[in-house]
Formats: sequence, structure tokens, C-alpha cells
Amino acid sequence: MTDNAFKGLSPQEATARVQASLKLRKAKESRFRLMGASAIGLALLFLVVLFGGILHKGVPGLFQYYVTLDVELNQERLDPKGDLSVESLYSGDADALILEAALRSIGEEGGRKTKRALRKMYSSGSGIRLIEYVQANPDQLGTTQSIKFAVDDDIDSFMRGFIQRETPEEDRRIDNYTISIVDRWQEAGLISYHLSDYLFFGSASRDAEMAGIKGALIGSLTTLFICISIAFPLGVAAAVYLEELAPKNRFTEIIEININNLAAVPSVVFGIMGLAIFIVAFGMPRSIPLVGGIVLALMTLPTIIISSRAAIRAVPPSIRDAALGIGASKMQTIFHHVLPLALPGMLTGTIIGMAQALGETAPLLMIGMVAFIVDIPEGFMDPATVLPVQIFMWADFAERMFIQKTSAAIIILLAFLIIMNAAAIMLRKKLERRW
Amino acid sequence: MAFSSLFLLLIAIGALFYFAGKRRVDHARAAGQTFHSLPNYHGLWTGLLALVPATLVLLVWSIVDIQLFQHWVRDFYPAEVLAAGGSQEVVALAKVENLVAGVRFGEPEAWLVQASDAWMTWSSTSTWLKSLFVIGLALGCGLFSYRQISPNFRARNGVERIIAGALIVASTIAILTTLGIVVSVLFETIRFFKLVPPTEFIFGTEWNPQFEGAERAGSGGGTAVYGMLPMFVGTFLISTVALVVAVPVGLASAIYLAEYAKPKTRATIKPLLEILAGVPTVVYGFFAALTVAPMIKNIGEALGLTVASESALAAGLVMGVMIIPFISSLADDVINSVPQSLRDAAYGLGSTKSEATRQVVLPAALPGIVAAIILAVSRAVGETMIVVMAAGLAANLSFNPLDAVTTVTSQIVTILVGDQEFESAKTLSAFALSTMLIILTLGLNFFALQIVKKYREQYD
Repeated sequence: MTDNAFKGLSPQEATARVQASLKLRKAKESRFRLMGASAIGLALLFLVVLFGGILHKGVPGLFQYYVTLDVELNQERLDPKGDLSVESLYSGDADALILEAALRSIGEEGGRKTKRALRKMYSSGSGIRLIEYVQANPDQLGTTQSIKFAVDDDIDSFMRGFIQRETPEEDRRIDNYTISIVDRWQEAGLISYHLSDYLFFGSASRDAEMAGIKGALIGSLTTLFICISIAFPLGVAAAVYLEELAPKNRFTEIIEININNLAAVPSVVFGIMGLAIFIVAFGMPRSIPLVGGIVLALMTLPTIIISSRAAIRAVPPSIRDAALGIGASKMQTIFHHVLPLALPGMLTGTIIGMAQALGETAPLLMIGMVAFIVDIPEGFMDPATVLPVQIFMWADFAERMFIQKTSAAIIILLAFLIIMNAAAIMLRKKLERRW
Repeated sequence: MAFSSLFLLLIAIGALFYFAGKRRVDHARAAGQTFHSLPNYHGLWTGLLALVPATLVLLVWSIVDIQLFQHWVRDFYPAEVLAAGGSQEVVALAKVENLVAGVRFGEPEAWLVQASDAWMTWSSTSTWLKSLFVIGLALGCGLFSYRQISPNFRARNGVERIIAGALIVASTIAILTTLGIVVSVLFETIRFFKLVPPTEFIFGTEWNPQFEGAERAGSGGGTAVYGMLPMFVGTFLISTVALVVAVPVGLASAIYLAEYAKPKTRATIKPLLEILAGVPTVVYGFFAALTVAPMIKNIGEALGLTVASESALAAGLVMGVMIIPFISSLADDVINSVPQSLRDAAYGLGSTKSEATRQVVLPAALPGIVAAIILAVSRAVGETMIVVMAAGLAANLSFNPLDAVTTVTSQIVTILVGDQEFESAKTLSAFALSTMLIILTLGLNFFALQIVKKYREQYD
């Protein structure tokens, strides 16, 4: 709009022209505003769709179908040596006892066909479950107990309606005969649906119905423990040095440039470094939480340093001056006055860094924490996997039930992250000081 | 004695000296003497002096002795192993170490038994010497510093020097990490470029690392091709899709939050948006592969298009959602830092809010916004899990977002996950790709900083 536009117009005409354009400009204004609001709406919609999708698939994954079988806990057959030792129990006949219980549940003597069908209907890990039951309740030997076993993943999918009765038999993963047994179980009220203990207490398994996250969760916790015990002291120390002690020189400048660059390096590159340095050059074993923790610590270090520096900077100079004024040394000022006041901010940054480390997958793939590990890790040097990597592996399996299990594991991971972030926010709110 | 128990013992010795030193000063003070430093500092000085030098020696010794053994044990290798060199020696070393650890595969050969026996002798001798020396050192240093205690001794200054030293060491970790990253990719990359010429790698339009028999060093005539362009085009394609989603949504959200939203709305919406940034990438990958990709395929096929089941579009869309909060919060900061006086001037001339924003605030904030977008690109380029799970592995040189493409990061993961032969060109190619990835992301970062530096207006 140039001045010329109004040249030679009377004031009335000029006002009229402005008035005329005003409507257009107001419309433009509200369009602009609407655009911003709808962008936020769109972003929030993505959030809702993402969480809704995960919850929709994952909440049913926290549950699974069980069949209750009356198993005869026959002492001689379960525990042939009679000493309840692991060897004795595993040489026993747990599988056969479960099969007999299953046959009794449908009231049949059982030909070969029935037995074969039945064996495929409950989880193949049921024998181990029975042995663990006996180990936990040795006094019940010799009695008959109702014990719940997971149904096979195909039966589970059938119960959920993913496998349809109407589908022609040859296209279905389970045959008509199996479905008739399921119907009989259901009539007898033997099938139940509740919170999955396999998911929480089971370890990695190729069988969807038995797969659980316990091993991965413990792996995640040990890895995080290593990560925090390296990253927190180092990060705080570096922040203290850079904020309080460092002279302004080339060396300090190089450190700062390095920290900023490290914050921009893709996480997978840290994994490559871990592989090349810790595993190949130092000869440390693959897949162990120790290496995983070190790699994640180096990755989260910039986050912790940057937030710790901000926290230290937020402590007003008057505190330092007061301490120095009554004769404290530089170190005493830092350790007795500045650090305690900056601690909440540093902890907040550390928790956020740890949440980042807990969700990280790519660097851990590089150092081999992706192996299929059945044993629950017991230390920093045991092969382990972590929750996000477990999710990554399960996402690759084809069985329908793994989709639910993966989503359930995601819900658990997200729950941990939300708790950590909420803790960080609470901490900040509670301990934050305004100077 | 094992490393950890020896270390624990050293800590115990250090603690002992701490208490001894502190007690001595406490008593002297009770008797009326005045000291330069507080008792605590005398104790710390004595304890630290007992602990630190001995621990350092322990560390160095434990690292060096194994290297030495590995060198000495080569005398036992049969001549043909030494002649073959390289991987043969690695295998021989692994055999010896297994035997030392007590792992036996069948009946070990004679030289192996000798080697492992010798190894065990060295190892036990070294452990004995190490334990003696380290404990002696700790006690010696501790006693020395204990005797140093006197009213005029400046213990606090000594302790503070040690602490300052430790702080400096901690802050050099960042440099060491950078160095570690550079070293770990650089050497392998150079080795890769000896097998595959750099020009072929950088300008090659075909990527097919699958044929292991086609090592350049070997017979030749193979069909392995290492040209990185398809991956970079794939990365570029997916990042572009991501930015097409993230830039408008993120920028418009930032404008709304900074200019229109009430403080209360802002305080609720900002953390909500940031949840998107906190979701682990593996979750996005799962979502992309399981929900978005089939949806896009179905829609595309309903429209009569051929869509790959692992299309670049799916991975890009989900990645775009992931970087929305990244752009929105950076841009929000930039817009907020534009001084209010500029807006007031625009309002004073009669402009509406949107006119002020578009014609005054945004131009002033532009350098910062551009930098934010570049940082988002660097983020998208380095993103791994979404593309590993949703973008597939087909190295197509294609600019069509409906095709399946692969990216630099997903190739790196595919090549390096699981067992690999360390000498093969295929493994080395992952390191070369990483070098390119690092150069690209750091370059983008540097570029963003330069833009901010160069075009930042100083308003105050």
C-alpha cells in the first residue's frame, strides 16, 4: 500500500476505501488465526491417533486367554527322584500329566487325533509352568489342582475373533475339530480371560502366548543403572567446570563445541562407536548391559551437561558473593552453596536424559543387544536385551498375537517414560526457586 | 586378586587413611593447636593420596598386562598361523583365551596347552606383583601424606587441586567421545576406500552389498556394487516428506502459540506437543509399519496407484509427526525473542495481528526459523528406527514417495546387526556410510549455526 493510493481523495473517500478493505483484512486475520489453531489441532490429533492406536491394540495385549485344567500332581511321575530338584522335575512327566488333564476336561479317552489336537491347544511351555507350580507348592503333591495354562496363540486369536469360524477350514490356522474342543471348553467354563502373567513374568520366547518382558525390563534397568552412574557424575562435574572454573580460552571453547556437536550426532553413530571401540578394540563381550550403559551414557551426556549448566547459571551470583565474602574458598562455594541449589535443575535434566536413554534402540542394536536371550540377566556382564529392542524384535514376528504383545510392551514402556517425565516435572515444580 | 576386589581393598585403605588423618587433626585441635585447614581436608588429603595414585597404577597395569600377554603368546603359535597372519592370529588368540578361561572344545592341540599354561603363569605372576605393588603404593603414599599433617600444611588447597583436576578430566570426556567417534569410523572408512574407490562409492548409483564372494581384494569379477547415491536419495526423499508434514504444522503451531494463545492454553498445549518428541522412535516405527503403511497402500490402490507396501511416504509421514514438536518449540523460542517493540510499531501503524506477524515478526525471526528447519533436517537424516522398521531395504534410486526406498541409517543397521566378518567390504561399507552420515549431520548443524550467527539482528 503506497501513499499514492490515497492521493487526491477526499477524507470521506479515503475512509470509505479503508472501510471497504477492512472486511477483507479481518477475514484474512481470522483465516490466519484459524490456520494456526488447526495446525495445533492437527498435531494433537496425531497424538491422539498414535496413543489411541497403541492403546486400542495394546490394552487387549495385557490380557490373554487361559484354560483351567485339573492336573493330577502325581508325585512319582512329576518328581521321579523324589527330591524336588530341578533335574528330577525336568526328567518327570509334567507334559503327559497336562495332556491327561486336558483329555479329562473334554471327557474323552483320546485317540491319536484328539491328543495331537489337544497338544496344540495349550501353550507348549505348560510343562515348565507346571514344574514351577510344583516348586512353589510342594505340599500339594499327590492332590489334584486346578491350574490355569495359556491357550495356544492361534486359539487366543480365535477367541478374539481374528480367526473366524466362517472362514473355510482349509484357509484357517485351526481346524474344525479344534474349534469343537474350544466350544466344549467354553461350555464347561474352563476358558477365562484375564491379566497376562506370562507378559509380566515371562521371558523372550518364539511362542507368542508365552512371550514376556521380564528379561528385557531387567536388562533395561541394569543398563539404565550403568548409564546414570556414569552420566550423572561426569555430566555434573563437566558442567561445574565449564560454568564455574573454566578460563575463557581455546581449550574451553573446544570442549563446548564438542558438546554441542555430540548433541547433534545421530544416536546410531554412538552405537557404531561402541561397537568399534568397546567391543572390537577393547574386546568386551557383545550384548551386555555394561557396554550398553556406557554407550547410552556418552549419548545422554550432552543433554545432562547442557541442563546442568543452565541450572548452575540460574543460581544468582549473590549466593556466590556471600559465600566468598565470609571466607569460603572457590570449591567450598561451589560444593556447599551452588551445587545444592542447582541440584533440582540438574536432576530434572538427568531424568529427561534417562528417559531418552530408556527409549533408545538404534545404538543398542549396534552393540548386539538384539540377540534372542531367554535367560533373565543377573548382572552387568550377562547378555541382555532392553525393552525397546524387545519391541523391535517382536514387531518382526509374524504371529497375530505378537502384535498385541508388542503393543502391550509399548504401553509398559510409555508408562515408564510418562512416570519419569512426570517425576521430572514434579521435581521442577516442587523445588524450583524464584530468586 | 581380581581387579574389582583389589579396587575395593584400595578404597578401604583410602577410607582408613581418611579417618586416621582426620582423627589426628581432631585430637591436635582438641589439644589447642590451630591448623590451616579443617580436619576434614586433612583426612581427605591423606585418603585421596592413598587411593588415587594406586588406582591409576592398577588401571594402567590391568590394561597393559593383557596386551603384553597377547604379544608374548605369539611365540607359541605354529609357524603356519603366523605366516597366514590376520584373522588366523585372531582365531588362535581366541582359542588360547578360551582355554585359559577353562572352555574346552575337544582335545586341545599341544601348542595350545603350552600357550595357555604359559599365559596362566604370566597372569598369576602379574596378578601377584600387581597386588603387592598397588597395595604397597597405597600404604606408602598414605603414610607419606599422614606424616605431612602439620598445622601449617595446606591440605585444603591440595584437595581442591585434585578436585579441580577431576573436574577437568570429566569435561574432556566430550572431546574423547568425539575423538572416539572419529577414530572408530575413520580407519574402517579408509580401509573401505582401499577396496572400493571413493569416487565409485560417492557417485555410484547402484547399491548391492549382498555378494560376499565379490571382494575386490580377492578374485574379482564379482557383482557387489557399493554406490551410496540410492541411499542418500532415499534419505533425502523420506526427509522431504517428513518436512512437508512437519514444517507447516510446526511453524503454524509455533505462530499460534507465540502470538495468539493465552498463557494458560500455551502452558497446556506446549507440553502436550512435546509428548510427541518423547515417544521412543521404535514406537513410531511400529506405528508406521503396522498402521500407516497399510493405510497408505489401501488408499493408493483405491485411487489406482501402485504403492509399495513399505513406501517412503509412510515412513516420512510418521517421521514428520515426530519432528513437529522439534520445529514448533524451536520456532516458538525464536518468535518469542523478537522484541515486543516491533509488534507495537506495526500495530501503531494500523496493522492487524496477522499482518504484523507475517510482515514484521516472521521476517525478523526468519534466520532462527531457517536454522530450526535445518536442525530438523539433520534430525530426520539421522533418524534410524522408523526407517529400519517402515522403509524397507530395497535400494531403489527413486524420487517417487510411493516407492520403497532405503536410507543410510537403515543400511548401517542392517549391515552391522548380528555377526559380521570384520574384514569384508560389506561390513566396512557401513563405516563409510557412517562417515558420510556424520559429515552430513554435522555439516547441517554447522550451517544452521552460521545462519543464526550471520543474520541475527541485534535489537537491544
